Amino acid sequence: MSGPVPRAAGGRGLLVAAIPYLWLLAFFLAPFLIVLRIALSDAATDQPPYAPHFLGFDALGEFFAGLDFENFRLLGEDALYWQSYLSSLRIAGLTTLIALALGYPLAYAMAMAPKRWQGILLLLVILPFWTSFLIRVYAWIGILRPEGLLDMALGWLGLTAAPLRLLNTDTAVLIGMVYSYLPFMVLPLYTTLQKLDGTLVEAAADLGATPLTIFRTVTLPLSLPGILAGSALVFIPAIGEFVIPDLLGGPDTLMVGKVLWSEFFSNRDWPLASAVAIVLLIVLVLPLVLLQRAGRAAR
Amino acid sequence: MRRFGSFHLAALVLGFAFLYLPIVALIAYSFNASRLVTVWGGFSTHWYVALFNNQPLLDAAWLTIRVALVSATLAAGLGTLAALALTRYRSFAGRTLFSGMVLAPLVMPEVITGLSLLLLFVAGDVERGYWTVVVAHATFSLGFACIVVQARLAGFDRSLEEAARDLGATPVTTFFTVTLPLIWPAVLAAWMLAFTLSLDDLVIASFTSGPGATTLPMRLYSAIRLGVSPEINAACTIMIGAVAVAVIAASLLLKREALAGEKG
Repeated sequence: MSGPVPRAAGGRGLLVAAIPYLWLLAFFLAPFLIVLRIALSDAATDQPPYAPHFLGFDALGEFFAGLDFENFRLLGEDALYWQSYLSSLRIAGLTTLIALALGYPLAYAMAMAPKRWQGILLLLVILPFWTSFLIRVYAWIGILRPEGLLDMALGWLGLTAAPLRLLNTDTAVLIGMVYSYLPFMVLPLYTTLQKLDGTLVEAAADLGATPLTIFRTVTLPLSLPGILAGSALVFIPAIGEFVIPDLLGGPDTLMVGKVLWSEFFSNRDWPLASAVAIVLLIVLVLPLVLLQRAGRAAR
Repeated sequence: MRRFGSFHLAALVLGFAFLYLPIVALIAYSFNASRLVTVWGGFSTHWYVALFNNQPLLDAAWLTIRVALVSATLAAGLGTLAALALTRYRSFAGRTLFSGMVLAPLVMPEVITGLSLLLLFVAGDVERGYWTVVVAHATFSLGFACIVVQARLAGFDRSLEEAARDLGATPVTTFFTVTLPLIWPAVLAAWMLAFTLSLDDLVIASFTSGPGATTLPMRLYSAIRLGVSPEINAACTIMIGAVAVAVIAASLLLKREALAGEKG
């Protein structure tokens, strides 16, 4: 531990934290509790703004009597909802795998590059991350749409006779997701690969290991922390993604973010949208908790 | 021995081609004279002129910048305080809840953050517009700002603060004359991160803004849904250019500062 801790530290810590603490209680925790309460109210009888229900503190008994699990039952019964969760998990999982397959060689080559290049290469990976998400997705619409740049290029090369019709398919969603999240995969991979002790690779080579064996038994296991961090950084935001499936996907592309958006903005069913949000959070938190457990067990 | 072979070069070229070709194509077609995006009708800056006569778009851009300036300042301030509390004080009442609330927005899907804040504003009967978007953006970028400042505080030499305290400075004076000047680059980096997060955000702004407060991403989004047009390409090109200049300038500045730090 870092020296003696002053006795007043506890109180002073709270004093320093006070303003952000109050801010987060008001704008993070309170809204979350409201979502929970509205998810448990009935769309048929409750109309926006739903306020009297949860602000009536004196009527606590009435509050609990008013809880309605109907929305969650609907989520379980209507195939649309659980299929959209499964489909989100599938698309996020595929995105993670493809981003890993593309990002690993890139990160590896960056770590191997001469030192004086590395700063520039790192900047080049980060730069697309700073440009707007929307712009990057829009760029792909121009490429993937019928008679877009991809069709033009393939037709010019004589590879395809008819347009590919990739836009508004799950493939387009995957391409857009991999493209948008690739920097999140490359950065942690690069950091771990760059710190990798080169003498271990040399030792393995001196002992007669082939490059493939070296990669499999030395490089890959040592870069596992980077693989895990990168996968988490891609997988977690990919599950709740809205913009990419909405703009690149088709009408049959099911993802939770899109379902929540349309329940809210098109169907105006706020309680159901809130229930979708609560279940999405559970879907997100579960793997995180399991991952943390696994990490602790490994230590 | 580190060897950089043809395999590595190929990986770099292909990787960066994938990252940059779509953006290059987008920029190239913003200078297309033809409205048909597939036909190259010669070089023209026509769409940029059209852009500067598009008043709703300019209004949206100005609103977006104002939202980003205020929300980034709020997020950097709150994030710095949160980072100080979390790195300096190992235990205070509700510390676990606090760190959870700071970090949760980092993994929270934007649709949930947006929905929950909207429901709060509706419950509180707050009129939605400029300020609700500012509050929403400050809240979700606070965690990012906190992490950036925390990284700097982790390697902080506390003996400098102790010296100031020994010489009779109050904690507040110490903070403003010793701590803040030393962590300033991190606070600035946190501000920049929060600023770009706010500029970029579509989902949270769509939930929390009201009539008359349409941000640039919201306007671009509805234009994109109608289809591809060279005018959108031109708007995107300007935004990419602004970001590229800002990021390169910031990294040069940080590099110069690091060099000065090594010499001094």
